[in-house]
Amino acid sequence: MNASAAENRSDRLMTLVRRAVDPKGIVLVLLIVILTAIIVLNPSFAEPGSLMRFIQRVAPIAIVAIGQYFVIVSGEFDLSMGAVVTAQVMTAGHLIGEDDTKTGPVLVLMLGIGIIVGIVNGLATTLLKVPSFIVTLGTMLVIHGGVMWWTGGTATGNPAESFRRLGRGGIEGLPVVDLLPYAVLVLIAVIVFAVWISRRPFGQTVVAIGDNARAATFAGANVWRTKTFAFVLSSLSATVAGVLLAGYAGVHPSVGQGYEFTAITAVVLGGVVLGGGRGTVLGALIGAFTLESLFTLLNFTTVPATMRDAIQGAIIIAAVAYSGVIFAKRRKRPSASDIASAPDDATTSARVAEKPMTTSAGTPSSIPLTGGDGADRT
Amino acid sequence: MRLRLRRLDTTALVYLALLAVLIIAAILVATTGRSLFSPGNIRDILTGMSVLGFVAIGQTLVILGASLDLSVPYVMSLASLVAAQTMNGSDAMVVPAVLLTLVVTAGIGLANGLIVTVLGVHGFVATLGVGLILKGYLDTNYQGTEGSVPWSFQLFGATGIGPVPISTIVMLALAALVAFILVRTAFGHHLFAVGGSSEVARLSGVRQRLPLIGAHIGSSVCAGLAGLLLASRLGVGSPTVGSQGSYDLLSIAAVVLGGTVLMGGRGSIWGTIGGVAIFAVLDNLMSVMQFNPFLKDVIRGLVIIIAVALYARRRVIARRIRFAANAPGPNIATGSAPAPAPAPAPAAAPAPAAETGGRSQ
Amino acid sequence: MRRGVRTAVAIAGASALIALAGCTTDPSVEPADEGDGGGEESSQEWFDQELYDKQFEERDVVPEGPEDKPYLQMINPEMGETSEFKAEGEKKMCFANASISNPWRQTGWITMNEQLKELKKDGVITEMETRDAQDNDDTQIADIDYFISEGDCDGFIISPNSTAAITPAVERACETDKPVIVFDRGVETDCAVTFIHPIGGFAWGIDTSQFLIDNLSEGDKVVALRILPGVDVLEQRWAAADKLFGEAGIEVVDYFTEGDPAEIKKVVSDELAKGDVQGIWMDAGDGAVSAIEAFEDGGKDYPVMTGEDELSFLRKWKETEMTALAPVYTNFQWRTPLLAAEMIFKGEEVPTEWVLPQSPITAGDLDEYLDRNEGMPDGHYAKFGGEDMSGFPEVWQDRVIP
Repeated sequence: MNASAAENRSDRLMTLVRRAVDPKGIVLVLLIVILTAIIVLNPSFAEPGSLMRFIQRVAPIAIVAIGQYFVIVSGEFDLSMGAVVTAQVMTAGHLIGEDDTKTGPVLVLMLGIGIIVGIVNGLATTLLKVPSFIVTLGTMLVIHGGVMWWTGGTATGNPAESFRRLGRGGIEGLPVVDLLPYAVLVLIAVIVFAVWISRRPFGQTVVAIGDNARAATFAGANVWRTKTFAFVLSSLSATVAGVLLAGYAGVHPSVGQGYEFTAITAVVLGGVVLGGGRGTVLGALIGAFTLESLFTLLNFTTVPATMRDAIQGAIIIAAVAYSGVIFAKRRKRPSASDIASAPDDATTSARVAEKPMTTSAGTPSSIPLTGGDGADRT
Repeated sequence: MRLRLRRLDTTALVYLALLAVLIIAAILVATTGRSLFSPGNIRDILTGMSVLGFVAIGQTLVILGASLDLSVPYVMSLASLVAAQTMNGSDAMVVPAVLLTLVVTAGIGLANGLIVTVLGVHGFVATLGVGLILKGYLDTNYQGTEGSVPWSFQLFGATGIGPVPISTIVMLALAALVAFILVRTAFGHHLFAVGGSSEVARLSGVRQRLPLIGAHIGSSVCAGLAGLLLASRLGVGSPTVGSQGSYDLLSIAAVVLGGTVLMGGRGSIWGTIGGVAIFAVLDNLMSVMQFNPFLKDVIRGLVIIIAVALYARRRVIARRIRFAANAPGPNIATGSAPAPAPAPAPAAAPAPAAETGGRSQ
Repeated sequence: MRRGVRTAVAIAGASALIALAGCTTDPSVEPADEGDGGGEESSQEWFDQELYDKQFEERDVVPEGPEDKPYLQMINPEMGETSEFKAEGEKKMCFANASISNPWRQTGWITMNEQLKELKKDGVITEMETRDAQDNDDTQIADIDYFISEGDCDGFIISPNSTAAITPAVERACETDKPVIVFDRGVETDCAVTFIHPIGGFAWGIDTSQFLIDNLSEGDKVVALRILPGVDVLEQRWAAADKLFGEAGIEVVDYFTEGDPAEIKKVVSDELAKGDVQGIWMDAGDGAVSAIEAFEDGGKDYPVMTGEDELSFLRKWKETEMTALAPVYTNFQWRTPLLAAEMIFKGEEVPTEWVLPQSPITAGDLDEYLDRNEGMPDGHYAKFGGEDMSGFPEVWQDRVIP
C-alpha cells in the first residue's frame, strides 16, 4: 500500500466525516441512531417484514412532507394540508361507501379537489398578493369547516375495501419481505416523481424563486405559475396521503389533524430552510422518516406519552440551530463550501454552498411572504 | 409627514372595513329583533376582543420584527396556572402572583428571542418548538384545572364601566403604551428597521438582536397578560385554556387583518386592534344569528383571505405610484416591474446577488 | 416626543378618572360563597373513593321511571321542589353548548333539536336559542353572560365545557332566579335546579375493566387507548379501570391518541411488535375499528375489547364476532334537559341530581341495537334514544345539523 493510496483513503474518510456533520447528514446520522435504538429495544423491528410495515406507516407523512417541501423551498407555507387530508378522507368515506364501482370516480373527484385547492392557494398567494401563511390558514378553516358542515361531522362509513386496499393492503407472498404494502410502492413512485421534477426546469426554478424571486424573474422565471404549481403539488400530495390514510386507518374526522405542522417539522428537520431557496426532496424525506422513527422509539420506551411533544420541540430547534451554526461557520471558511457541494443530489446542494449566508439559516427577514415594501420605511 | 399619512391610510382602511362589518352586523342583528349596540351585546363584543387583543398586541411586535410567535397558546395556559396556583385563593398573593407570572413569561420570551437571534433559528420553528416543549410540560405536570383565583382578582375579568369591561380598557391602555413605544422610542424605530430589512439595519448601525429579543419578550408578556385575564375570568388556572382558542393562528390572522405586513417592518398596533375588533364583531354576529359552528369557520376563513387580499391589492398599487413619483434609483425597477412577482425585501435582495458575484471570481 | 408623552399622560389620567367616577361592578357578578371557593381539591388525583363507591352501587340499581323512555328514567332520585318556577305560557330556553366538535356531541345535538320540535307542539317550550362555545371556556363564559343580559331567557340549559372554570358563570345564571339545567359535565355548585348526567366515568371504568378482567387471566396484557389527558369524565374512566387492572394483576400500558385512528393503529401495531396483547381498553370508542384492524394486519388473534356504542365499533364487532363490550356514555341524555325544563315550568318535581342509566351493550343486545340503527352513519351512537320521534330515521341518517 503506497502513500498516495493511504492519503486518498484518509481523504475519503474526511469527506465522509464532513458530510456527516452537514445539516442533512446529521439528520441522517440521527435517523440511524434512532433506528438502531429501536432495534436494540426490539430486535424484531429489523426483520424485513416489520421494516416494510414501518415504511408503510411513514408513507403518508413522507408524502405530505415532500409536497410541503416544494411550497417551502419556493418561500411559502402550506397550512391547509391537514385540512385537505381530513377533507379527502371524509370525502372517500362519505361518497364511496360499500359501493366498489364508485372507487374510480370518487378518486378522480378527490384528485380534482386537490388540484383546485392548490390552484386557489397558489393564485391567492401570487396574484392577490396575500401572504401564503394567511391564504392557507384561511383555506384550512374553509375546507375543514366546509367538509364538517357537509358531512355533519362524520362520514357514512369506511369506504369499500377496493379503495382501502391501497393504504392497507399489499402484494402478498413475496420472498424475504412476505408482504410488500402498496403504500410503499406509492411512496417510491412519489419519491421518483419528486426527484425527477426537482431536476427538471420546474425544480430549479422553484428553488431559484425561493432563493431570490426578483433575480429569478429577471432570469425569465414565471413566478406565479411556478408557485401555483408548487401549491398544486402540495395539495395533491395531501390528497395521496388522504387516500393512503383512509385505507390504513379508516375514516374519522380527526385523521389529518395537525398534519400541516408535522409536515413542516419534518421538512425543517431535513435541512430545508423556511423562507425558501435551500433544501432537497431527499432532505424532506429523511426528515419525515426521522420524525416518525422518533415517535416509534418513544412508543418503545417508557417516556410518558405527554413528553413526546416536548422532545419533538427540542429536536427541531436543535436541528435548525445546528444547521444555522454550520452555515455560519462555512461563511467564515470559504473553502468549506466544497464540502456541501458533494454531488449527492443535484440541483440544490451547489446552491446551498454558493449562497452566501447573509441571512443565516433561519433569519426571518428572508421570508418573501408578501410583496415587500419594507425598506422604504424610515 | 408623508410616511405618517400613508400609514394612517392602511390603518384607516382597516377601520373602514370594521365600519362596514359593523353596519352589516347592525342590520343583520336588527332582523332578529335585537340591537348590536345594546349594553349586553357591546360587552360581549368587547369581552371577545380583550383576550385576543392582548395576544395580538404582542404578536404585532414580533411580526413587525419579521418573526412569528406560535408559542402563545401554551404561554397563556402556563401563565393562568402560575397565577392561579400562586394566588391559591389568597388576596395577599395577587401582586406577587402577577409579578411572578410576568417574570416567567418574560423568561420564555427571552428564550424565544435568543433562539431566534443567537442560534439563528427561524421564528416559526423556534416558537413552534418552544410551544411544543411547554405543551409537553403542561400535559405531563397538570391533569386539569389547578389553583384558585381570589375574588379581588376575579374582578379584573368581571368588572366594567357601564358596558365596557375593565379588561378591555387595560388592553387598550396597553395598546396605547406599545404604540407609543413603537413610534417614539429608539427600540420601536430599531424594531421597524430590523423587521424591514435586517441588512440595512445592520449597515446603519442598529444592533439587530436586541430589538427582536425585546419583541419576543413583549409577545410572551402580552400572552402572559392574556393568561392572567383568562385566570381571572375562569377563577382557576387551566392547562388547555390557551390552545382552546387557537390564539396562535387567530392572533397572527388578526395582526395581518390589521394591515401589518407579515414579513415585517410595516404595520401598526391600532391596525391590529381594528383587526381584532373585526373578528370580535363577526363572531358576535354569527353567534347572535345562531350560525352552525362549522359554517362559522368557513366564514372566518373567507373573511381573512378576502380582507387581506383587499389590503394587499391596494398596497401594491400605492407603492407603484409612490415609486414612480419620487423614488429614483434601483427601486424603480421593482415599482414598475410588470410581472406581479412578489418582490423580496428590496434591500436584502441585492446583497446576496453581489456576494455571489464576488465568490465566482 | 413631548407631545407623545402628553398624550400618554392624558390617556392615563382620563382612564383613571373614568375608573374612579364610574366604576360599576356588573350587578350579576358577585363573590361566590366562601364555602365552596377553594377549588384546591380539584384534580391532582382523579380517583375519588366516595364517588367511586356511589357509582359502583348505582350500576346495579333498577332505575325509576317509564320503561320505554330511558331518557326519563332516574337512579336513586332525590326530588326537588320546582313550584317557584311554575308559570303559564310559552317559554324560551337558552342553551350554552360547549361544542359539537365530536361525533358523540353531534349525534346528541341532532336529537336535542328533534326533541325541541316535539315540545313545540305542546306549547310550553316554544323556542331555544343556542350559543356554541367551540370548546372554549372563555367563550362559554361570555355566552352565558350574554344570555343573562340579552337573551330574554325563561330558563338556561348549560353543557359545561369544563368543570371548575364554568362554575362562576353558572352561579351567575342561577342568580337570575330562572331555572338552570346543567347536563353532561358537572360544575362545582349545586345552584342548578337539576344536574342531568349518566352514572359517570367510574362506572364506565368499572364495567369495562371488570369485563376484561373476567375474560382475561392474570399476567395478560391490556393496551389502554385514551383520548386526552385532563378531561374529568375521561380521567375518571381511566382512574377506575387502572385501579381494578392493578388489583387483578393485569399488565396495562396507556397511550394518548386524540382519537386519531392513524395514531391508534401505530400504537397498537408497535405493541403487537413488542409482544402479544390480549386486551384493548378504550376511554372512548373513536378509532376502535383501526385498533382491531391492527390485529388483523399483524396476523394476530382478536383481543378482548371494550369500545363504545359508536356504530362503527358495533358493526366491526358483529363482523368479527370477537369478545367485546360496548360501554355507553348515555347519548340520550341530550333529550332530557328540554323535557326537564317542561316539567319545571309545569311545577312538577325533578331530581336535583338526575342520574340516567348507563348500561353497556353486551353481546346479547348487539343484534337488537344494530337492527334499530340500520342505515345510520358510522359515527352515530346506538343509544341515542330518538327512535320515537317524527324525524326518525332520516334526520340522523343524513346528520342534519342546524
